[in-house]
Amino acid sequence: MIAFDNVAYSYGGGELLTGITLALAPGSFHFLTGPSGAGKTTFLKLCYAALRPTGGEVRLFDRSVFALDRDGVAAARRRIGVVHQDCQFLDHLSVADNVALPLTVAGLDGQAARRDLAELLAWVGLTHRAEARPPELSGGERQRAALARAVIVSPDAILADEPTGNVDWEMSQRLLTLLLELNRMGKAVMIATHDLALIRSAKSQVQARVLRISNRRVQLAGADL
Amino acid sequence: MKGLARQLAALARGDAAADRVVPPAGFTVRLTLFAAAAMAFLAVFALALSLAAGRLADRWGEELARGATLRIQAAPEEMDRQVAAALRVLETTPGVSGARALDDAEQRALLEPWLGPDIPVDRLPIPRLVTFSETGDGYDAAGLRLRLSAEVPGAVLDDHARWRAPLVAAAGGLRLFGWMALLLIFGAMAAMVTLAANAALAANAQVIAVLRLIGATDAYIAGAFVRRFTARALAGAAAGTGAGVLAVALLPGTGDAAGVLTGLGFAGWHWLVPLLVPPLAAATALLATRAAARRVLRDLA
Repeated sequence: MIAFDNVAYSYGGGELLTGITLALAPGSFHFLTGPSGAGKTTFLKLCYAALRPTGGEVRLFDRSVFALDRDGVAAARRRIGVVHQDCQFLDHLSVADNVALPLTVAGLDGQAARRDLAELLAWVGLTHRAEARPPELSGGERQRAALARAVIVSPDAILADEPTGNVDWEMSQRLLTLLLELNRMGKAVMIATHDLALIRSAKSQVQARVLRISNRRVQLAGADL
Repeated sequence: MKGLARQLAALARGDAAADRVVPPAGFTVRLTLFAAAAMAFLAVFALALSLAAGRLADRWGEELARGATLRIQAAPEEMDRQVAAALRVLETTPGVSGARALDDAEQRALLEPWLGPDIPVDRLPIPRLVTFSETGDGYDAAGLRLRLSAEVPGAVLDDHARWRAPLVAAAGGLRLFGWMALLLIFGAMAAMVTLAANAALAANAQVIAVLRLIGATDAYIAGAFVRRFTARALAGAAAGTGAGVLAVALLPGTGDAAGVLTGLGFAGWHWLVPLLVPPLAAATALLATRAAARRVLRDLA
């Protein structure tokens, strides 16, 4: 699905990541940890071709990112749900319209899709905020809306950058439950997070691999997690 | 051309859901509307100038082709004999047809603008006019003058071509000038719409980033902007065209005697020609916005 082969990424003369070889297979569940500035967000951006590796090769759905033109990248992104740390939205649209945006882009704006939207908004606890504008949302509500937008088209892989950074424990558990359900449906999930409690909670429910970025390399985390 | 037709068809169909991704407000709305309206207004005047100049050139050209005049100056008792001689000469001249002498009523009508009505034409020592037309390759003007000097000493051949040809050329030039002005107007509109589209795309970099994140193709993003700007240009141009046509209709005219300036306007089916301005403005905006969107999206990639 998403495969890294000896990937390196350099920026401004410095090497941020190097020697990364791994694969996100269907149904896999990964956490990505590491100190701030270690390269977690850069790693995720390499996963959805927002960045291209400066060494090695990233393959998305069996195609090298170097072989993808802009339409090819767009097609790959329709199969990857991304939750950004800064949760960007179209501020002139309602929360419901923002969450439904991937459906609109994919041309799936039918009645069934609208029903999924209502269910999803209920699941992330945003039904009462459906007609609000994104600037009116709290940080936690924005993250929930971003997660709902990322999963609404049932993508093959879900990449989330600190998805529970601004939500309380109860909501983080609900979001985790949603991600676990999607994972059980065969979706690959990767969550970049500092939240060790979330990782421990997930590991009790699913066989998750925990990766740590250390010294520019991605390694399997030790037993402390 | 096929692509443009396809885009125009897509524009007509519309995509309400996709169009909403572009924020509705912003100064580019007013800029595009105003530019399209102003340019359409000017385009209507350029069209009126071109078409009026064309009509004038055609009319002068037709009159030029229609013929020439003989002016016969003679003593009253000689006049009829010289006119008859002149007609005989013209009838036997190759390339000449339809020779006839103007009657008193026609001569009076010609003099009326200068001397007023009720002119006693029969009592004034004014020359008689004989008109005739060219046929085929035309006649030999130099040879005709020689024959007339021998057989009708009082006749002077007035070859209209000498003074009408430069006027016809000038009218043709004016028509060309009008079409060039029209091209420049649409070029200027394309430039303004491009500037507005560039500004809108730059101001909506975050919108573009979000759309790309969720897998929107460049064609989808560009299409939303292109439809928005094309619709604005169409609306602005329709308003400008309406105002322009109204202004042209209110211009004072002088009927059949109209020249380029006094006759600036439309005649007959030419009143329908301004209807082409709004769709042409929309097509110009479509091409300009599409090119701008492609460039900006490539740069943002």
